[in-house]
This record gives sequence, C-alpha cells and structure tokens, in this order.
Amino acid sequence: MAKRFTIRHQTGFTAIAAACFVLLYLPIAVLVAYAFNESTSVSEWGGFSLRWFVSAWNNVQVIDASIRSLKIASSAAIIATIVATMAALATTRTRAYRGLTFKYAFINQPLMVPEIVTGVALLIFFSQIKVATGYSGLGYLIAAHTAFCIPFAYLPIRARLENMDLTLERAAADLYATPWKAFRRVTLPLLWPGIIAGLMLAFVISLDDVVITEFVKSGGQDTLPTYMLGQIRRGITPEVNAISTVFLLLSVVIVTLFFFMSRKRD
Amino acid sequence: MATAAEIEKQAEAREVRNRWLLSAPALIIILLAASGPLLIVLLYSFLTPGPYGDVQWKFSTEGWISVILERDIFDDTLAFASAHLTIFWRSLKLAIMATVATLIFGFPTAYFIATRSERTRDIWLFLITIPFWTNLLIRTFAVLQVIRNEGIINTALLNLGIVDQPIQMLYTDFAIMVGMVYVYLPLMVLPLYASMEKLDFRLVEAGYDLYATRWQVLRRIIFPMVRPGVVAGSILVFIPAIGAYVTPSVLGGGKNMMFANLIELQFGQGRNWPLGAALSITVMAIVMVALLVYVRNTSSSEVRHG
Amino acid sequence: MNLKSMSTAVGLALLASTSIASAAGELNIYNWGNYISPDMIKKFEKQFDVKVTVTDYDSNDTALAKVRQGGTGFDIAMPSQTFIPIWIQEGLIQETNPGQMENFKNVSPEWANPDFDPGRKYSVPWAWGTIGVVVNTDTYKGPADSWGIIFDTPDELKGKVNVVPEMNDVIFAAIKYAGGEQCTEDKAILKKVRDMLVAAKPNWIAMEYNTIEKMGAGDFKATSDWNGSALRQRLANAAIHYNYPKEGYGLWSDNVVVLKEAKNLENAKLFQNFMMDPENAAMNSAFHRYANGIAGSDKFMPADMKEAPEVIIPEAVKAKGELQRLCSPETQALYTKIWTELQK
Repeated sequence: MAKRFTIRHQTGFTAIAAACFVLLYLPIAVLVAYAFNESTSVSEWGGFSLRWFVSAWNNVQVIDASIRSLKIASSAAIIATIVATMAALATTRTRAYRGLTFKYAFINQPLMVPEIVTGVALLIFFSQIKVATGYSGLGYLIAAHTAFCIPFAYLPIRARLENMDLTLERAAADLYATPWKAFRRVTLPLLWPGIIAGLMLAFVISLDDVVITEFVKSGGQDTLPTYMLGQIRRGITPEVNAISTVFLLLSVVIVTLFFFMSRKRD
Repeated sequence: MATAAEIEKQAEAREVRNRWLLSAPALIIILLAASGPLLIVLLYSFLTPGPYGDVQWKFSTEGWISVILERDIFDDTLAFASAHLTIFWRSLKLAIMATVATLIFGFPTAYFIATRSERTRDIWLFLITIPFWTNLLIRTFAVLQVIRNEGIINTALLNLGIVDQPIQMLYTDFAIMVGMVYVYLPLMVLPLYASMEKLDFRLVEAGYDLYATRWQVLRRIIFPMVRPGVVAGSILVFIPAIGAYVTPSVLGGGKNMMFANLIELQFGQGRNWPLGAALSITVMAIVMVALLVYVRNTSSSEVRHG
Repeated sequence: MNLKSMSTAVGLALLASTSIASAAGELNIYNWGNYISPDMIKKFEKQFDVKVTVTDYDSNDTALAKVRQGGTGFDIAMPSQTFIPIWIQEGLIQETNPGQMENFKNVSPEWANPDFDPGRKYSVPWAWGTIGVVVNTDTYKGPADSWGIIFDTPDELKGKVNVVPEMNDVIFAAIKYAGGEQCTEDKAILKKVRDMLVAAKPNWIAMEYNTIEKMGAGDFKATSDWNGSALRQRLANAAIHYNYPKEGYGLWSDNVVVLKEAKNLENAKLFQNFMMDPENAAMNSAFHRYANGIAGSDKFMPADMKEAPEVIIPEAVKAKGELQRLCSPETQALYTKIWTELQK
C-alpha cells in the first residue's frame, strides 16, 4: 500500500490541487458571508443579519426564478446525458465509418456558436411555433438547454469510453449475455465516472445560461440568471447572495446524501 | 452460399445502421434546437439590415463584406476592418491562455482526485462543482470581492504590513486570468478526471521499474494515457472561452470589446443583424476547422488497448 | 427528478393544439429588472383580483426583438421614449387611448403630449430621469457640471472615472461636449467626437453598470450615470454629488404600453389607468427612485425624494435638458462604428 502511494505521487500536484480548492472556495466564502450582511452594499460590512434571506423569501419573483432554474437544469441535464451517452457509444471504439466525423462535428456544434446567435436564431424559430401552436410552456427552454448541454455531457463520456477495455464486454458476450445485459452489467458500471462527470457539467452549464434563455423565455419564465441580467442596469441586491447561499447549501445536502447512500451500498 | 466477405459486409452495414440509430436522439435534438435554427442566421447574413434591427428581405452581401472591409466614415475609403481583427485576436489570445492555465491547474487537481480512495473520489469531484451551483455572474462578482482594493486579499496584506498601498488587481489582465481559471476550471477537471480515473498504475509501476524519473513517467506514460481527457477538456474550455465576455468585462472593466461583445453589438444597439450573423458564422467556421484538425491529429496518435 | 418537466419537453409536439387559457384575472408584465414596486403590484392584485406576473428584460433592443417575433404572452411592456415610435410604427402596441382615461387628468403637463406619442394614444408615463455626471467631492472639489469630467478628465480623477456603457448615451454626451446637436451627421463634429473619446479612454478605469456599488465603495470617484442611481449613491455617501452638465444633458422616459398580442387587454388598460393615480405612481417611485410624471404624486413621495436635487431638476439648469430622440438608421450606423473604434 505504501509503495502504491509513492507510485501515484507526483511532486507538487497536491500543492497545486490544494491551491485550486482554495481559489475555488475563497470567493464562495466571501459570497456566503455577504449574504448575512446587514448593509445594502455587498462591499461594506454592516453587521450580521438575516434580512436578505427574509427579503428573498418574500420575493416571489426570485423564488420562482430559482425553482425554475433548478427544474430546467435537472431536466435538461438528464435528457442531455442520456442521449449523449448513446451518441458516445455510437461514435467511439469503431472503425471510421461514413458520417463519423460529421457526427462528431455536429454534436459539438452548439459549443461553437456565440450564445447571442443561438439566442436570436431560436427566438425567430420558436416564436413561429409559439404563435402557430399557442403553446408557450417551459418545453422550449428545456429543449434549448438540452441541445447546448449535449456536447458538455458527450465529451467527458466519450473521453472515458475512448480507451476503455473491451475485454470484459467480449467476455460477457462469450458467456451468452444479451447485449443489453452486457451493457448494463459491464459497460455501464465502467462508464459511470464519465456519465457522472458529464451529468454534473451539463447541470451547471444549464444553471449558468443567460443569453439563450433571455431570448427563448416567454412571460413568467425568468430563471435566476435572467433575473440577475435584468437587474444589471439597476443594481443587484444581496438577495442574490442569499439565494446563492441556499443553492450551495442544497448542493452540499445532495452531496452528503450521495455519500451516505454510496456508503450503505458498500 | 454467402461468402464470408459478404457476411462481414452485412454485419458491418448493420452495425453502422445501429450506430446511427443510437446517436439519432442527440442529433435530432441538436438539429431542432441548435443547428437547424442557425440556417436562419446563415440566411440573414445575406439580407439587408432592417432600419431598427431585424432584416429586410433584400439580398445583400454587405454583411459579409463588412466583416473584412470597412468604409471609413470620414474619408469614405474602403479599408481592411482592422478593429474586427484586433477584437478577434484579443478573444483568441484570452482563450488560448485560459486553456493553458486551466490545464496547468486542472491536471494536477484531476490527478489528485483520481488518486484518492475510491469512496472519497466522488466527494472531491463534487467539491469541484459545488461553487458552480451559483451562477456565472455571481461567481464572477465573488472573485471581484476577493481581489478588489477593499477585498480580503488587499485588506489582509495591508493589515499584515506587507504593503502600504492596496495592490490594484481588479481591472487588470491578471484579474481576467484569475476569473477565467475560476470559471472554466471544472470544464477541464471533469473530463480529465473521467479519463484518469481508470488509469492503469501497473504501467506507471513498470515505468519506475525501468528507472524512469517522475517527470518521464508523467510525460511518457500518464499523459498519453489520459490524452482523450486533455482533448475533451481543452475543447470545453477553449471554445466557450472564445465567446466569453461576462468575466472579462466584470473583472477587466469592460473598456475593451471581446468578440462576443462585437457580435452582440450588431444584434443590439448597432442594429446590423446581417453583419452580426456573418461575424458569427465566420468565427464558427474558424473554430470548427480548428477543432477537426485538432481532433484528427490527436486521435491518430491515440493509445489503444484491449 | 422532475418527471413532469421532462415529459413536457418530450411531448412538445403533442401539445401543439392545446393553448394556455387566459384566465380573466391575469396580467403579464414585461419590464426592466428591479424596476417595479412589489407593494404596488400587491395593491393592484388586491384591488382588481388579478394575478400579476413580472418578467424582466435587460435592454430596449432585446425587448423589441422579442416582442416583434411575437408569441411571448406579454400584455404590458415599458419601452423607452426613443423606442416608442418604432413600436407604434411596427404595429406592436395597441391604441388604448390613455389620453381619454379617467386618471389622465393627473399627468403633469410636460408629459401629457410628448413628441414620441402625440396625444398619449398609446402610452402612460412610468418613470423619467436625466443622465449626468456623478462626482465624489472628497476627491474632486472643482466645478463638475460638465461632460469634461468624463471626456477631458481633470488630473485628480484620472484613472478613477467610470463610463456607463450605453452607446447612445455616451455618444449623445460626447456630441454635446463637442458642441453639436443630438443625432448629428456632421462629419466634422463626429470626427472630433471620435478623437475625443479615443483620447479620453485611457483616463477611465472601467466602462460598467455597477456604479451604485463601486461609487459607494470608492472604486470609482466619478461616473456618468442616471439620476436615480446617483440618488442612491448619495444616500450611501453624502460626498457624492450629481451634476447637470452645462453643455446639455439627456432626458429619458419609460412608458407603459399595451401589446397588440395582449391576452388580458382589459386588465392591461386597468393597469395603465392605475399607474396614473398619484398615490400609486409615488409608491412605484419610492421603489425605483425616479420621478414619474404624475402631478400630485409628490405629496406621497418618500421624504428623501421630495427635495432631492437628483429628482427635482433645479430651475437654473432646466433649460439644458433635452429629451433624447431616436436617430436615423444611417446615423446610428456611424455611431456604431465610432463605438467599435472606441472599444476595439
């Protein structure tokens, strides 16, 4: 065991990793601290207070927007991850076939267009559908988010698949496992870290999107980022810090749950 | 009787068909909600700007011409649109630097996570993404709070007597870089982790047995094995970074345009949608070609085993 | 996981024929963010038994682009004066005739018959204000009633000036400082404007919107800004002073209009009338911190706004204010080039 540890060691890597975690959490700590600030400003400390939590709680618009953000992000991330996994399986570990490069470029295409352009294009396209059908629900936003989340889910999954060992799957096939069974019992577990990475990326990317959402949203469909965007000219209140703190707390709760669940399974 | 070659050919055709079916949902969603509507943009790039935004249905190549050439508003001469190139170059430079910086910081971090015990790995991974449950804007504002003159770094330095004047970090290129690394780090770490997690340490061990130094092991054994992750991570950082403008403007002060600002200006106050459309197709084409070249070069030298 | 929203996405096509019924008691408002008093909304909801939904936009251009495409489901929007002629011309808004409504008598005379909507056939005043120069008098004690603070920055303020990056506002101010008229196409003036802007930029520290925060904390010592924003800065720091530039300053006004595609037309009209009530208008002003154009609302205004020099334009400088107009597309194209040159 001790020997393995030294094998894995690379000089300076732990220090850089530590620096990264500090870099990641220092601003977050400040953000959370100012959520408890009494003063209206996010730069001057006016004493401890819960006023921004209370005020956010009473602000229907910001609460609705937050819930809507979570709804869209979880729907889009899950759909995107499922279809991206399928696409990754279809485009890796194969001899080149006609259309392979095309598929690869096509799947990554949403990455390459500045958001404003996709936003304007979708505005024009979806508006026609909205007017023609009269339906103006969240479906448009989920579809748009799913589309730009696909490459973010696809790339890590593909990276994982690319040089994954085929021996086990072959062995399963030799033992007369059906393709589905072989996939579920062998490929999927091996692929899992890639899927989790892809899912998490897709989720946070969807949570972040502002420009495309701004153009696609209909009445009453603000998400937290578009709500903030709307406030830029008028000034953003620490309510947003409070909401973000709640989001962070929520993510910590989910992580903890995950941790204990996986412990139980062991 | 079918020859073996024919059977193989049939099997191959079947496999290709299955692979198309398997990728169909992703392709359809992208077609409907991303690529398809872009045809509208392509069409718009060949029309005439409407007086107050939008377009008039009159064919024109003016949008495309003004990507490269520009009529001087004062002496009416036609000249190379150097402003567009300057702005594109700024975005490109930033994207390259951001990719290199996130790789420098992200690689060791992903390696650190991948070498933790199996059970704690997911926790470390989540720790990387937790800050990203807030959104881009608030995350960037949080960085701003840390590095501004009244921020905690300067306050600490002043109180410790290390400096007697706050160091101006905000509104500098340094601030932009810190912000970019901060914002794009998980896009690099997650794909890297996905390909490192299954790293075969027996090969590393073999390397050491052959008296390789740590650096040689890293460069000759580990790096080639995780190359797909490096490729994926670089793409995920580089391409969005070309379109970045929130982080540069909040931390850099917004005095200089990024390429995305230039495009946005055309769809907004500039009211020149055809030019905006042509500019975005140009950048898309450049990035697409670069991507294909990059992927082709990196996957030909890929390590395959199994 | 959210099965419901997932099936919404998947079943998008199936939903084609159904439409969301427009309940009698709804009103969908499309507005700038953080610009509408929640208390006033509650009052309206209670008074008329209507459920109000507010959705935000970040710029006039976004709002116009979206409303032009249609299908958004909004009933009401608050475009600025420069954009209202476009909305009218393109048939995006309804002639609800606020000029004939019961509360119209309260509209103050200077806003009762504006150029952008003669006879008030479409729009109702929401908020109006000015664009001037804000200076922290601890840093700079000299006279600051000039765009020179921005375009010919005094030494004390070099490297401490911010410019709010609104293209049209900045060009307007620069033209005034160069001695021209708004929307000018005079090449001599514009050349002066461009050279002046390019020369002034190195003295600026930033071009951003976040002025309330940064002026308050001291990152900026001077900025171009809207008056309501300046008021909030002064309330946080008494040394901050709003100035009306003597070369001429811009006036703006946002107005309540009813969209052509409004599904809740009657409620939208009720809202227009509601906004012309002095008490309601004052309630809204107390929130967004701008004047509202409704006579008699001053007595309901919060104390810190009643005499505020940012809200009440002093008599001496009143004549220098000029309502900003929409420039012709050709002129706008020139300005865009100057702007690109400035920010390249």
